[in-house]
Amino acid sequence: MSVAIRADARSIRRIAFSHSLSRWDVRFSPYLYISPFFIVFALVGLFPLGYTAWVSLHDWNLIGGQGDFVGLKNYSTVLSQPYFWTSLRNTFSIFLLSAIPQMVLALAIAAFLDSNLRAKTFWRMGVLLPYVVAPVAVALIFSDLFGDRYGLINDVIIALGGDAVRWHVDVIPSHIAIATMVNFRWTGYTALIFLAAMQAVPRDYYEAATLDGAGRLRTFWSITVPLLRPVIIFVVITSTIGGLQIFDEPRMFDQAGQGGANRQWQTLTLYIYELGWGQRNFGRASAVAWLLFLIIVLIAVINFLISRRISATTERVTALKGTP
Amino acid sequence: MSHTVASRTVASGTVASGTAASGTARRRTARSRKVGGYDRPPRMWVYGVLLVVLGASFFPIWWSFLIGSQDAAALNQNGWMWLPGGNFVANALTVIDTIPFWSALLNSIIVSTAVALSVVMFSTLAGYAFAKLKFRGREGLLVFVIATMAIPTQLGVVPLFIIMSRLGWTGSLWAVIVPGMVTAFGVFWMTQYLRDALPDELIEAVRMDGASMIGSFWHVGLPAARPAAAMLALFTFVGTWTNFFWPFIVLDPGNPTLPVALQQLQAAFFVDYSLVLSGVVLSIIPLILVFIFLGKQLVTGIMQGAVKG
Repeated sequence: MSVAIRADARSIRRIAFSHSLSRWDVRFSPYLYISPFFIVFALVGLFPLGYTAWVSLHDWNLIGGQGDFVGLKNYSTVLSQPYFWTSLRNTFSIFLLSAIPQMVLALAIAAFLDSNLRAKTFWRMGVLLPYVVAPVAVALIFSDLFGDRYGLINDVIIALGGDAVRWHVDVIPSHIAIATMVNFRWTGYTALIFLAAMQAVPRDYYEAATLDGAGRLRTFWSITVPLLRPVIIFVVITSTIGGLQIFDEPRMFDQAGQGGANRQWQTLTLYIYELGWGQRNFGRASAVAWLLFLIIVLIAVINFLISRRISATTERVTALKGTP
Repeated sequence: MSHTVASRTVASGTVASGTAASGTARRRTARSRKVGGYDRPPRMWVYGVLLVVLGASFFPIWWSFLIGSQDAAALNQNGWMWLPGGNFVANALTVIDTIPFWSALLNSIIVSTAVALSVVMFSTLAGYAFAKLKFRGREGLLVFVIATMAIPTQLGVVPLFIIMSRLGWTGSLWAVIVPGMVTAFGVFWMTQYLRDALPDELIEAVRMDGASMIGSFWHVGLPAARPAAAMLALFTFVGTWTNFFWPFIVLDPGNPTLPVALQQLQAAFFVDYSLVLSGVVLSIIPLILVFIFLGKQLVTGIMQGAVKG
């Protein structure tokens, strides 16, 4: 009898225990599941970014480590270096030369893909192929194509009666060459994003426009592009964040990897690398990194404000017209 | 608008009824008319334009093989030519002798596979929690995750390098694998997918059967996540494989990944493009093979809303 009671009590206790265990399970498991992201982000994302500000306020050597607190001296030094300003100019120039043509080309390619093609998958895969070629490999191939003396592109220009372009000497030509590498790799990818958005456009809209006598080009500008606006804004924002940090292509454009003899194509990330690992000056490298961070945030905010403005105008216009 | 569409229906309906009288045939013409007009088969010149685009995306790869298979002396004498030469194997062997090609290949495979598996595992787990489990702060935390995608964390390289050297990880593959172990994009992607793909009733059912939280994830969440998880693995693999900036900073020249090894190759043979480009060909073969078999999935993934990353 007493044995039975004791066994009962034990099993009750066990049930109670497993019950509270399962309550804990329900309550804390979600946090456990999402914690890896937050831990990794804190350790390799947020903390280093914040710590960059701390390093930038010190004399800090790659080998020697932390030195004296110097306040904003690294910033004032960096801002007085001509290379900082060349890098800033180059970064924006290369970014604009890659972003704008890429958007236009991708839109055009997407428009061509958005028709009743045979072997759709074949064409789509075809435009995506460059995406799997590493930027370093792309840069090596294009450095050859854009060779100053024996490059294919100069050969073609000369054959057409032009003068050889000094791709590795002059500022704008080097930016064009580097932007071409970026565009080669990403245009097809961007086109597929646009294509997906185009296919979501109801076909009735095109029908109506065609009936109203609009040609294909007109339909494209008046219907497709406005409806694609959210996707275009999204692509612009993501390519800004990535584009302003460009490193691989300019690094590989010549053998020295410093962005040219006069830093004609040195970008800010390349400059960070030169300061930090070339001159071993972590303090100054951090100052530039932090400045670039502020620039990117500033542009993100501007992007956001413009896009909100645009979408607000779109809403007003559609409200006036009374069409979706 | 509805008026014009209706009148068009009548117009084409009369034409169609002249040729096909049966009900099914009429329905079929009605449907093809609905998408027709704009979606008629494209003219030949559209294919012509696309062929040019395809040529542009294929040509540089072909070019690297063209130059990579020449003999440097012949190249200097005759200029470039349109047909590959017979020197590819000899060039490739020189490349393999000059840079640690095999260990670079192995390292790239290890790093990309480890990062892809880890991203998929942690992102699926987090995505499952965000999409299907109820907990305090869920919405706010998810917004935070999405917002982190806009932060250029690459700019924290200096402290990250300091951390890695404190840990004694510089030069080790861990330094490349650990920072990539889970991404905001992965979490977001899996959350989006699981929200629609996994019915709540299914989770409740296994919970009623006494499954623990992790048990119900394992038996219901993970199987439902499989298609999106495979896609995420593929994109993460390609992204990690082609990554250069951080591996270049943190890895030793003797123990590189493929892109880092390519940089060494350029430093070794700048003037000899036939050797450099044969190395480029060697390095891009693995991902080209992946592309041949899984390129269709990449296309689908991008079109389902994958973003750059």
